[in-house]
Amino acid sequence: MTAALSYQAIMAQRAGIVRDSIGLDYARYATGALAFDYERLLADTGYDIETARAVQTRTGVGATPLIELHNITALARAVSRPGKGARIFLKDEAKNPSGSFKDRRASLSVHEARRRGYPGVAAATSGNYGAAVASQAAKAGLPCIIVQEAFDSRGVAQPEIAEKTRACEAYGAEVIRLSVGPELFYVFLRVLKDSGYFNASLYTPYSILGIETLGDELVRQTQALTGRFPDAVVVTHAGGGNVTGTARGLRQAGASGTAIIAASVDLTGLHMASDRDFNRKSFTTGHTGFSLPFTTWPDRVDVPRNAARPLRYLDRFVTVTQGEVFYITQLLAELEGLERGPAGNTSLAAAFALARELDEDRLLVVQETEYTGAGKHPIAQLKLAKQLGVEVTRGDPRRQRPGERIVIPEHPAQLAAVDVDLDRLRRSYLRNALAALPAGTELTAADLVFLAEETRTSQAYVQERLDEMGRKT
Amino acid sequence: MATATEHIPAGTWVEIHAIVLPPGERAPQTPPDTQQVPLEMRAKGLLIEPAALDDDVEIATPSGRRLRGRLAAVNPGYDHGFGPPVPELLPIGREARALLRGRGQRR
Repeated sequence: MTAALSYQAIMAQRAGIVRDSIGLDYARYATGALAFDYERLLADTGYDIETARAVQTRTGVGATPLIELHNITALARAVSRPGKGARIFLKDEAKNPSGSFKDRRASLSVHEARRRGYPGVAAATSGNYGAAVASQAAKAGLPCIIVQEAFDSRGVAQPEIAEKTRACEAYGAEVIRLSVGPELFYVFLRVLKDSGYFNASLYTPYSILGIETLGDELVRQTQALTGRFPDAVVVTHAGGGNVTGTARGLRQAGASGTAIIAASVDLTGLHMASDRDFNRKSFTTGHTGFSLPFTTWPDRVDVPRNAARPLRYLDRFVTVTQGEVFYITQLLAELEGLERGPAGNTSLAAAFALARELDEDRLLVVQETEYTGAGKHPIAQLKLAKQLGVEVTRGDPRRQRPGERIVIPEHPAQLAAVDVDLDRLRRSYLRNALAALPAGTELTAADLVFLAEETRTSQAYVQERLDEMGRKT
Repeated sequence: MATATEHIPAGTWVEIHAIVLPPGERAPQTPPDTQQVPLEMRAKGLLIEPAALDDDVEIATPSGRRLRGRLAAVNPGYDHGFGPPVPELLPIGREARALLRGRGQRR
């Protein structure tokens, strides 16, 4: 390793590399010590829902069907108290060109890269987003580089990521596969510096605005099918983009009373950067290893300001277990004839449990599916889990231990959506915000307004919490 | 340098392997088990010069970049798959259909 390419040397150039690779001057939007003008950052891109839809229509993205899951709804009612069991609808995002809603996120980024004359696009992602960027880049005639965290120190590839490698290469992309570690970002910076490509980050305004069409579509489709707005939309939650973009789309479509419920797979106890733990998780996204840190501090990403800010939009946040998601994935295939997921079915597992709490006339929309295939399947994930000594059994899913035991329910009534305390997350967010405040800097009045918006609370709430933390403003 | 073992022609689709960061140079926030192993990279492209397995080679990637590394595999396959059906998943559909039928009988 030459000194010029060391971890420290490249990370020291981070700000400049990121600025050049996105072409957005985030500093313009600062309004306080922490505060920035979030809405103006998004609005200045020039993409409203109709503009985004026009871009997406040209590449076949969006306009996916909304399907009522009659049989899964009937099953929920069969195991609910009389009169309970909401109607469950599913937005079949697997029908997008590369097989997931991530095409919506990739579309505006690739469109911007071409419009602004970048020689190519690059993204650091091990998931569906890589295939989406590669697919959109192929359509736009731009070269593409995807950097993945793909295998452990024994050379064992996560099967779902191996499938993404194949998909990206099928679309003609260069794929840089890395072993486990947080230096994915360091390698990505080297790639951006070397190539001069556009950074199709998951966290730019483009990536979030591209999802607003999903929220807008599902509102219109629910209205067309039922004459009403959805009562709740359940969103698989990882980095926060899916929650943020969908919620914004819902609001713009007028569904201001629709609850936004985030759902993540509980991977408590597994370290996301651990070589040992890497293949002991059967989900590579949609899990608490991403959703908890990103909800409580969004600005931990490859851009200066994350456009995904889930705490602004969440009404409720629940977790489900790996075994429950595998269970509902099997039911989706066998009762509804839809082989999808598994990771994208996290929100469906939660929706099944939530439906049992709600009256029969309530409407629950699960807002995504993803394509399934080799490696990207419960069979492939459970095979690897067993090989690594993870116990796979049936029973009460509460008996699970991530990385040690996967428990597949024996009965649909065992599915549960376990609430995450949003107030605890808000406090955690405020602690992280204070920690990010440069030494010697004081919070301004604009910061108090911003923190209230960020936590979806009031300035009084923020002030009280700050007082508790011993912080004067 | 030409040797007798060079039998992989230029232009062959290959995979290279490289150590990006050795154990002592990894990011400080990396957990202990990951600190003990190197950060490795694998990438595919077309071989620039004829070579043998394990040679230090250069490839042209699909984006047109040149990358260097140890020649690790020739035309590597996509061998991820499914595996045998999982006994813990097999009964789920049958059980659910029985519950749906039972619900009809209760009414």
